[in-house]
Amino acid sequence: MRIPLSWLREFAQVPAEATAEDVMAELVKVGLEEEAVHRPTDTLQGPIVVGQVLSIVKEPQTNGKTINWCQVRVVPEGQQQTLTGDGIDPSGVQGIICGAHNFVEGDKVVVTLPGAVLPGDFHISARKTYGHLSAGMIASVRELGIGEDHDGILVLSRIGLDPEIGTDAMELLGLYDQAAEINVTPDRSYCFSIRGAAREYAHATGTAFTDPVSKVRVPEALSGGYGVKLNDDAPIYGKPGCDRFVARTVRGVDATRPTPPWMTSRLRLAGIRSISLPVDISNYVMLELGQPNHCYDLDKLAGDIVVRRATAGEKITTLDEKERTLDVEDLLITDESGPIGIAGVMGGAHTEVSDATTNVLVEAAHFDEVSIARARRRHKLPSEASKRFERGVDWQVADVAAQRVVDLLVDLAGGTADEAGTDVGTAPDAVTIELPAEYAAARIGIDFTEEQILTSLEDLGAMVAKTGNGYTVTAPSWRHDLETKDDLTEEIARLVGYDKIPATLPVAPPGRGLTRVQQQRRRLIQALADAGLTEVLAYPFVSKAANDTFGVPAEGAERKALKLANPISEEHGFLRTSVLPGLIEVAKRNHSRGFRDLALFEAGLVFLPGDQLGTAAIPPLGVKPSDEVLDGLYDGVPDQPLHLAAVLTGHDSPAAPAHSPRAWDWADAVDIARIAGDVLGVELLVTQGRHQAFHPGRAAQLELRTGEVVGYAGELHPKLLAAHDMPARSVALELNADALFEAAADVIVARHISTYPVATQDVALVVPQDVPAEEVLAALREGAGELLEDVALFDVYAGKGIEEGKKSLAFSLRFRANDRTLTADEASAAREGAVAAAHERFGAVQR
Amino acid sequence: MTETLPGAAVPNPLDEAAITAAVDQAVAAIAAAATLDELKAVRLAHTGEKSALSLANREIGALPKDQKAAAGKLMGASRGRVNKALADRTVELEAENDARILVEETVDVTAAPRRRRAGARHPLSTLQDRVADIFVGMGWEIAEGPEVESEWFNFDALNFKPDHPARDMQDTFFVEPPEAHLLMRTHTSPVQVRSMLERELPIYVLCPGKVFRTDELDATHTPVFHQFEGLAIDKKLSMADLRGTLEHFARQMFGAEAQIRLRPNYFPFTEPSAELDIWHPGAKGGPSWIEWGGCGMVNANVLRAAGIDPDVYSGFAFGMGIERTLMFRNEVGDMRDMIEGDVRFSEHFGMEI
Repeated sequence: MRIPLSWLREFAQVPAEATAEDVMAELVKVGLEEEAVHRPTDTLQGPIVVGQVLSIVKEPQTNGKTINWCQVRVVPEGQQQTLTGDGIDPSGVQGIICGAHNFVEGDKVVVTLPGAVLPGDFHISARKTYGHLSAGMIASVRELGIGEDHDGILVLSRIGLDPEIGTDAMELLGLYDQAAEINVTPDRSYCFSIRGAAREYAHATGTAFTDPVSKVRVPEALSGGYGVKLNDDAPIYGKPGCDRFVARTVRGVDATRPTPPWMTSRLRLAGIRSISLPVDISNYVMLELGQPNHCYDLDKLAGDIVVRRATAGEKITTLDEKERTLDVEDLLITDESGPIGIAGVMGGAHTEVSDATTNVLVEAAHFDEVSIARARRRHKLPSEASKRFERGVDWQVADVAAQRVVDLLVDLAGGTADEAGTDVGTAPDAVTIELPAEYAAARIGIDFTEEQILTSLEDLGAMVAKTGNGYTVTAPSWRHDLETKDDLTEEIARLVGYDKIPATLPVAPPGRGLTRVQQQRRRLIQALADAGLTEVLAYPFVSKAANDTFGVPAEGAERKALKLANPISEEHGFLRTSVLPGLIEVAKRNHSRGFRDLALFEAGLVFLPGDQLGTAAIPPLGVKPSDEVLDGLYDGVPDQPLHLAAVLTGHDSPAAPAHSPRAWDWADAVDIARIAGDVLGVELLVTQGRHQAFHPGRAAQLELRTGEVVGYAGELHPKLLAAHDMPARSVALELNADALFEAAADVIVARHISTYPVATQDVALVVPQDVPAEEVLAALREGAGELLEDVALFDVYAGKGIEEGKKSLAFSLRFRANDRTLTADEASAAREGAVAAAHERFGAVQR
Repeated sequence: MTETLPGAAVPNPLDEAAITAAVDQAVAAIAAAATLDELKAVRLAHTGEKSALSLANREIGALPKDQKAAAGKLMGASRGRVNKALADRTVELEAENDARILVEETVDVTAAPRRRRAGARHPLSTLQDRVADIFVGMGWEIAEGPEVESEWFNFDALNFKPDHPARDMQDTFFVEPPEAHLLMRTHTSPVQVRSMLERELPIYVLCPGKVFRTDELDATHTPVFHQFEGLAIDKKLSMADLRGTLEHFARQMFGAEAQIRLRPNYFPFTEPSAELDIWHPGAKGGPSWIEWGGCGMVNANVLRAAGIDPDVYSGFAFGMGIERTLMFRNEVGDMRDMIEGDVRFSEHFGMEI
């Protein structure tokens, strides 16, 4: 909402020297947000005066154009030019070259004299052109920054003005005015008016407020006017779509009269373009009183006006010349010809006022918020009217606004108002609220005095009656947001001032600190960073193809995923089921910026819809749903486990003297996955895996002891890397972190540390090529028995000396007993046991 | 130096002058040896079997009995002198040798390679932990919830009326199909509702997390961002408690000089509601108030939706953006730096914030 200061001053005590910034600073105190300042003089400076064209000499040019060499009087005849400066002619007559032709000798025009500055930092000076010294410019509205029309210069008689020569044209056109633009929160619909803004200004400054309503003389009652029926047979939430309709008629209007500059200037500052006098008046009254209203060409109406819901398939051509198909929920203004307007949203083209209109029907109605909001959304027709109606308009102001439009049509358009008028509808019940005496003080922490409470509420326009233990407050008709004692509490606090609220620090009961999962998550993320990886946070929006590739191991399988109804881009229209696609995008971005060695990771939620998706119904607000309904809401929310993923490409470190960087390979991916398990105390078992996103021979499937698969690690599939323009041999891993958290032991039981001497024995076993080392290790562990403290694979060899199709695995076994020093025989026996188990299971032969 | 001088006469073990001369010669040679190898040659030449002193010593056996003692004494002392000189010089040369090896092993330490990477946390993630730690220190707990949420938790339970413009203002991502009433949470407030439904009263929780709005990414907007919201539900909480909590928090985050300001505002889920500004003395363009977040007393309808009696309990809530906090606390000029995952951004922060 933009508030021209000249307008605000009509109803509030704004100091003469106050700027838009000053006004905003006051309004911010009472809860309006500052948005912008609109001030013509920021880009426009005088001298800009009224001049009269004394003579025009038409001079054809070689380029075919004709220019006008004009003598323009800028000081009344017989008076001295008081301005001085380069190019100002002391005679009071300026010679000016002008290319426009829409004016004649004797016209009064706006002259920008040398020294003036126009929007676009355009400095006016005397300059030689077309063989003359042109000392100034005859301006168009566009050049002055007050309109779009640049076909010709502004001839003042055409906007109804005949000022004295030499008059300050900026003053004349309202260009010294300025507007403060404020952001109005959805609850404060009444601030979409000068009336509301002036009231708030008075609240903020503690000064007097003049209600613009009080300046309008409204007849006691209206009757005998145009026929209007309110026939809503399908109210939404039981509220009738229209509960008041005021209709007034004005005859003999001259719709072609120019709108006076004071009005166009205020409209312009308020952000509304001047259209025609009747439309400008309508908009002006809406801005002043907050009541949207509409002017119909009375002679184009056919029969009674009926406000009703649309019928299926009904159509209307709106003011913007678009034909719209209506929905049965749309609230319409109709006459015998059919729809003549979508109520509160946009009028129809057929009954629109035009230059030919002489008789006008003025509508000021009150519509239900929800009906208007839905129609606006349905037809994508946000308008100044719908903005106000869907937030709520003062029921009481409709007749006042209609009267104000009538008065202006009479005053400015030469019309005559009919005595008769229409006012149908039923006023809603006034809202009364019980406010216990101590309530506001307890909620805010300020000991409000009774006077503070009474003054604040009465200043708002509320009626307050004292009761035994507090107040009965009747909310003003324009404050739809005041419904509860908390609403009143806010008003009292806001008018007394939030800056008066003291600070006390409440003490929470003894807390339990971070939960175990929160600690585990932190440890996991920190561990990967400590291992040299860089954390990134990618968007969760991915393509269907990405989900079908990364989100499911089997090739050709489809990943069930959530689709967004309104994604930022259709290409990324799904929610991720894997963290890897986003990480790969980030890796590519870094790669394209010249970073070749990357180790990136992210811990983030993935979205795994199950069979139940959401709930068909949503319980109402303000009431706790039943347990059954709540369970339904909980169950309908899809699983969203935390995944941990990493992508590594290039080398582990930069090249340097005496240092050879190592290329990341599949084993790094497996190793990092194991670190993730280690820091949580969860053993990850590695088996040969298959996942379509990974190299078929270089993917590890990661399992818990229970057999649950919790992720994959290894080299990404070469074809996939090529398709994504990623460097060959890039590796990745992804783990279900939530599954790891759950698998972690609650309490880790200590192991006895034996201090008896160690006995180490190495063994090399020849096994078939395809036997996984991990399984041989497991066999050795089992066969060796309890004397085995540890066993590790330290070499794999195939080739000369080893039978084709076989490999030699070298293990080192560490034996120790808890209660004695082992003899060489005991250690050897344990080793034989281990070898025997490997032999039994895989035919392993000692080398 | 290597052999006995050819033709040199074997000195008489009784000829003190000749023996002393041989000793002096040996000692001089030992002193002149510059390396351990030279010293070894000197030792052979002057103490070896064919050296003058060894040969002279051998002569003692041939001497008359009465002369043997004198000769033995002379030769013993003389050979002792030589041996001591040898031992001393050996120690000297070994020390010199050790020192030289160390000097030769000198490297240019300024050319040390970086063999290991120090990884990095994303500063948004670090900041989120920092905020959580401050509240955990005050006895609050950290609550979390899903990012795809039921419309009821995100809107209705928070007192957003179905057709109210406040819903439009949230620029919501909806999940298909619309009949399922699922959306990407537009704020972390649904976690407040879950907390109220699931926890014992009183409640003091902080809810950090990712939220989503349909904004295009630019220098100041992103469709995915992070918030932290606080919720306290207890008997007799007032707006003064809210201010006190926010002041304490602001001082932990920005230092003892931090100040906050509350301005009236509107949120469906709080009444009274306030905008929270923080005084930023180091702001670019001079000290100024910066919009930090929203807050207020929990709306009675929100308490009712969670089955809490608003006549017995009251509460306050507040919410701030983590990106916004990072932008003005750490002078991040462009939102995209936080979003794109450029490693330079995270690595500059390392593990700190």
